[in-house]
Amino acid sequence: MERKDFIHPYIPNSVPEVREEMLKEVGLKSVYDVYAEIPDRLRFKGRLDLPEPIASEARLKRHVEEILKKNSTCKEYLNFLGAGCWQHHVPAVVNEIINRSEFLTAYCGANYSDVGKYHARFEFNSLMAELLDIDAVANPIYDWGDVAGRSIRMASRITGRNEALVPKTICPQRLAEIRQLCQPEEMSNAIKIRFVEFDPKTGLLDLEDLKRKISDKTAAVYFENPSYLGFIEEQGPEITALAHSAGALCVAGVDPISLGVLTPPGSFGADIICGDLQPLGINMFAGGGQSGFIAFRDEEVYIAECPLEIYSLVDTVVEGEYAFAEVRAERTSYGMRDKGKDWVGTASGLWTIGSAVYLSLMGPQGMKELGEVIVQNVRYTENLLSSLPGVKIKFKQPNFKEFLVDFNGTGKKVAEINAALLEKKIFGGKDLSGEFPEFGQTALYCVTEIHTEEDLERLYNALSEVLS
Amino acid sequence: MKGIKLRRYHAPKYDEPIIMEMGVKGQRGILVPPAEKKIAEAVGPAADILPKKAQRQTPPRLPEIDQYHVLMHFLRLSQMTLGMETGIDIGEGTCTMKYSPKVHEELIRLSQMVDVHPLQPESTLQGILQIAHELESFLKAISGMDAFTFQTGGGAHATYVNACVTRKYHQERGELGKRTEVITTQFTHPCNAATPATAGFKVIILPQKNGYPDLEALKSIVSERTAALHMTNPEDTGIFNPLVDEFTRVVHAAGGLCFYDQANANGLLGIARARDAGFDACHFNLHKTFSSPHGCEGPAAGAYGVTEKLLPYLPVPLITKEGDKYHLDYDRPRSIGKVRSFYGNLECIVKAYAWIRSMGPEGLRTVAETAILNNQYLDHLLLKIKGVSRPFAEGKPRFEQIRYSLQNLLDETGFGTHEIQNRMVDFGIQSYWLSHHPFVVPEPFTPEPCETYSKEDIEYWATAIEQACKEARENPDMIRNAPHSQAVHKIKDFNQAEDADRWAITWRVYQKKKNKR
Amino acid sequence: MKIGLIVNPVAGMGGRVGLKGSDGEEIHKKALALGAQPVSPKRTIAALEALQEIREEIQLFTYPKEMGGEEAEAAGFKPEVLGSIISGKTRPEDTILAARDMAARGVDLILFTGGDGTARNIYDAIADKIPVLGIPGGVKIHSGVYAANPEKAARLIIEFMKNPAGISLRSAEVMDIDEDLIRQDRVSARLYGYLTVPHRKGLNQASKAGSDPSDAVHHDGIAMEVINGMEKDTLYLFAPGTTTKAVTDKLELPGTLLGIDAVKNRILVGKDLCEERILSLMAENPKEPCKIIVTIIGKQGYLFGRGNQQLSPAVIRRVGKENLLVIATQNKLLSLENEPILVDTGDPELDKSFEGYIPVIIGMGKRMVYPVSR
Repeated sequence: MERKDFIHPYIPNSVPEVREEMLKEVGLKSVYDVYAEIPDRLRFKGRLDLPEPIASEARLKRHVEEILKKNSTCKEYLNFLGAGCWQHHVPAVVNEIINRSEFLTAYCGANYSDVGKYHARFEFNSLMAELLDIDAVANPIYDWGDVAGRSIRMASRITGRNEALVPKTICPQRLAEIRQLCQPEEMSNAIKIRFVEFDPKTGLLDLEDLKRKISDKTAAVYFENPSYLGFIEEQGPEITALAHSAGALCVAGVDPISLGVLTPPGSFGADIICGDLQPLGINMFAGGGQSGFIAFRDEEVYIAECPLEIYSLVDTVVEGEYAFAEVRAERTSYGMRDKGKDWVGTASGLWTIGSAVYLSLMGPQGMKELGEVIVQNVRYTENLLSSLPGVKIKFKQPNFKEFLVDFNGTGKKVAEINAALLEKKIFGGKDLSGEFPEFGQTALYCVTEIHTEEDLERLYNALSEVLS
Repeated sequence: MKGIKLRRYHAPKYDEPIIMEMGVKGQRGILVPPAEKKIAEAVGPAADILPKKAQRQTPPRLPEIDQYHVLMHFLRLSQMTLGMETGIDIGEGTCTMKYSPKVHEELIRLSQMVDVHPLQPESTLQGILQIAHELESFLKAISGMDAFTFQTGGGAHATYVNACVTRKYHQERGELGKRTEVITTQFTHPCNAATPATAGFKVIILPQKNGYPDLEALKSIVSERTAALHMTNPEDTGIFNPLVDEFTRVVHAAGGLCFYDQANANGLLGIARARDAGFDACHFNLHKTFSSPHGCEGPAAGAYGVTEKLLPYLPVPLITKEGDKYHLDYDRPRSIGKVRSFYGNLECIVKAYAWIRSMGPEGLRTVAETAILNNQYLDHLLLKIKGVSRPFAEGKPRFEQIRYSLQNLLDETGFGTHEIQNRMVDFGIQSYWLSHHPFVVPEPFTPEPCETYSKEDIEYWATAIEQACKEARENPDMIRNAPHSQAVHKIKDFNQAEDADRWAITWRVYQKKKNKR
Repeated sequence: MKIGLIVNPVAGMGGRVGLKGSDGEEIHKKALALGAQPVSPKRTIAALEALQEIREEIQLFTYPKEMGGEEAEAAGFKPEVLGSIISGKTRPEDTILAARDMAARGVDLILFTGGDGTARNIYDAIADKIPVLGIPGGVKIHSGVYAANPEKAARLIIEFMKNPAGISLRSAEVMDIDEDLIRQDRVSARLYGYLTVPHRKGLNQASKAGSDPSDAVHHDGIAMEVINGMEKDTLYLFAPGTTTKAVTDKLELPGTLLGIDAVKNRILVGKDLCEERILSLMAENPKEPCKIIVTIIGKQGYLFGRGNQQLSPAVIRRVGKENLLVIATQNKLLSLENEPILVDTGDPELDKSFEGYIPVIIGMGKRMVYPVSR
């Protein structure tokens, strides 16, 4: 059942004469001779219920642009939202590189034809290793929540234990992903998640509670720095020591852009480090720029238990040439491990290269200066906001780029406040009254290097008005 | 092959160092805006603000390079990457390496995509929500399913989500303790074994019988312990299983769910639908079938679709429409929860949307038909090459891709698929994909000439393979020492990457181990 | 590269002219009298000629005259000749001595031409210490110890030398039978041992879906799956094979590679048991459940009938088909090249009951359904 011709720029062999030639060469009357393999009962007989094509590029572009224009942007609005996706400056060179056709369209080309891609990945590994102060980095995958779950599973396989301790202040979205990966508790191989209390004043992990809850069943102690709630968890070394004393691993979840000024977890002995690459030179894309990385010790058992792709520099037959090959360490388990390996799949390759370019541009000085300006901007904003009547900054300061603003004293709900701010073309901080009802009306504000003093004054003035 | 001239290709070769070796102390690649005067004066230096304990003591040993040279370095690396736009990429079968229209890139680079924060109020996200909602309706039409989510970051992720949905479904019925097994087939992508295992299931693999998944084997093993079936059709061999709905019938009768891994959908658009074969859920790789670029393995999207029965379990939020407004619906008490932060890789959704809009129903049909036609043509040319064979299902046509074997070439010359893979790239074409493990087909390679490729491209590709096979017979050193015209030469010893004493995953480890040697 | 070459000049001659049994002076004389022609020399020379391109890089060790010296020179090699023989009256002992002498000289590989008898002799000498590769000496080949033909043997050696990363070493069964004559002498058929054999493996390639680990890794997963499922107060009978031994190794028990071992509550309660002993063990606690952990033996893939005859029809019937745990690596199943697993218990009724499909444990939480036939 042939239909009329449909010639399209994306389909060179849509030209009827060419098709005829090919059919003749192959000895078929029609491709439907091949489709005859499909029994009639499985054949779709109708016409797909899709809109008619917008054939020309000019009209197509206009059509999609008009829909997208219904989005408002963080250029039109002053943005203070963070909570997992953050607005930082994306260097022009980063976008120039990741928009290169070769990187944009490469996939699984082998070691030689795509050596540039592997070279860039190795550089990503190397740059991240320095940033995190640890020796092995795997190929990133979906996002922070996913790699946090995988890190915990890795720890479970390595230690042979089935429990993980996480702070009560953990990001709920990440917790949901971790729970997914750790399996429902009724499954035989489930990893049990237990929560560690936090100091109600500072937000920091309650080390006494950690001591109480850690046991020989604990595979991993996971903590986040900066915390989801913005404060700096400075007890990394103590947490690690406690974990190790119980034979558990320390899994540190980090925002990598803070590591120009904050202690990298590798320095205090974290065994597995995970986080999101999005702040490192990737646009927000409404949440489409996330990328989860895992890094760990360069020890066989870690390499063996890591489910992700890992690459190594290798020699070629010509001295001094750099080539790359996948590390195929026996991906086995050591001893009596219960859990199978996780899976690997297509995830965030382009962002890996983007982050490599970002770190190469920034260098140690850039990362330090970036961290400093963020800390200063945040401190300034905290001072401004806490001077508003009824407004407090919750938990220990200083913070890195996010801080929890407590509006309970204002008598207003965050939802109201944010709606009013919206009218002033400001995106107020994320409303956490749903995620953490015990804190009442709080909002998570994010301030980065993109904010000018003018922006911060504008926020202050707007809030002043809204709260009065 | 009929006067096709193979090009005297050479890849750009720069002998480029590792970036860690580059730069000069003090150089800057980009400058960061400092705190403004008023702010700096008000709060003082960051070193005084941050607790001493939390401060980084030693700066990271990142290279210090000026901007021009960072750009140059990475541009050179991009040139040493063939990708699929400078080299014909017929070889990467199962990956559906089709043209990703450049106009899509312009669209997603609009400020209304790059500068959008996912947590903005719904009213400010109406554009992207509309596109996602409309794309969902397109995929529903194409598959017959009732709902889709785009949170899944790739095909494997979608199979994982299906395993989670399966888990929840049986949990609600109090049967999760009993239903511990997920069944898949030998030729289905290994993620369909790995993701259910990660979700806590035991996996059972059905053997193949002459290239078809063995229905009798399924019947022998299906039981009240069956949670779900995960299968692909056509499988990576390109063979279409005409009994696919028997498989779903058998599993349903036992109380299990059926999931259709549609990574290989390119030849079936508008021809056959997942729903009609009895599946409860399916997925599409938007970065394969629907043109979103592969990006060196991501970002991607594995749109996951379900029937009404499984809709309650989809991850939150769902994108719904009321009147002419779009909403993010988090009120889903029976949902499996989150598998991904926010809503997924929305830039891929925009590209898939634009592609379908530019194709329409006739276009999608033409895509499918052309994928089939191109594949028949390539098959016809490849089977003329001595040393190439096409195992299984003798006499049966293949759909949009085929798994071949070079075992005959190996027997004859001592060179097989790895050697040919190393040599083919010398002709300026991308390396082919061998096969997923295990290698059921010995010495495999799996090309997929999707609708992007012209008749000439297909002839060129077949000619390159033919030439390499010829050299295997007549010029063994050419094959043995391949590749010859790439940016780097043959890797000396792959075992180097398997030996803990010799592998170097990062530059700092490479330095340490080099100094030891 | 140091290679030891051993030729069994009379291999296969007996079988060809209808004579039974392993080599020996008697058989050799009879065979010659019946007009049998030696095939080993020609095949050896064919293999050596196919090694020409690396001839200069090989240091060849061999035994005198028809045990390798002649063939090597005919193919243009200049071997170092070890040991001594009585020409025209070679014996199995010569093969054993040859292998030992070559091992002492530190060879990287032993290449031999012969049949199962020769393989057994080499095993007696060196077990699995040095890689071994067989050139089929005229008999029908069922063991994974042999290359399919002399040219392929040569090519494998070339790759072993030039591209070691492309070669993995696998264990291949050595059987105590002459495959051609199996029907006549079933009772004595047993698994003799395992030789280490080079095997072309998949090289590295860009993989977005994971790699294929070695057999050791697969064994590890299988062992864990079995052990995790082991129940208390249940008698487990472990059949011969490297895969089943991997389980007892993981349990840190001194199980045998070639015999039936019994384990209960993770303790070894019986080693290398015969049928009688098995039945009496089972009779001791008749109410106690009993399971058999069994793997697939031989190139043709036998579940029962090759090397585990102690698991007699009586034993199998007592245990019950539903209490069989079949374990094997996926690579082993693939090596059957789409042919079914075979059963030959000696009891046709029992064999028939196995026809159909059986789940095989191939890894942790992973099973493959596979067809079984008589």
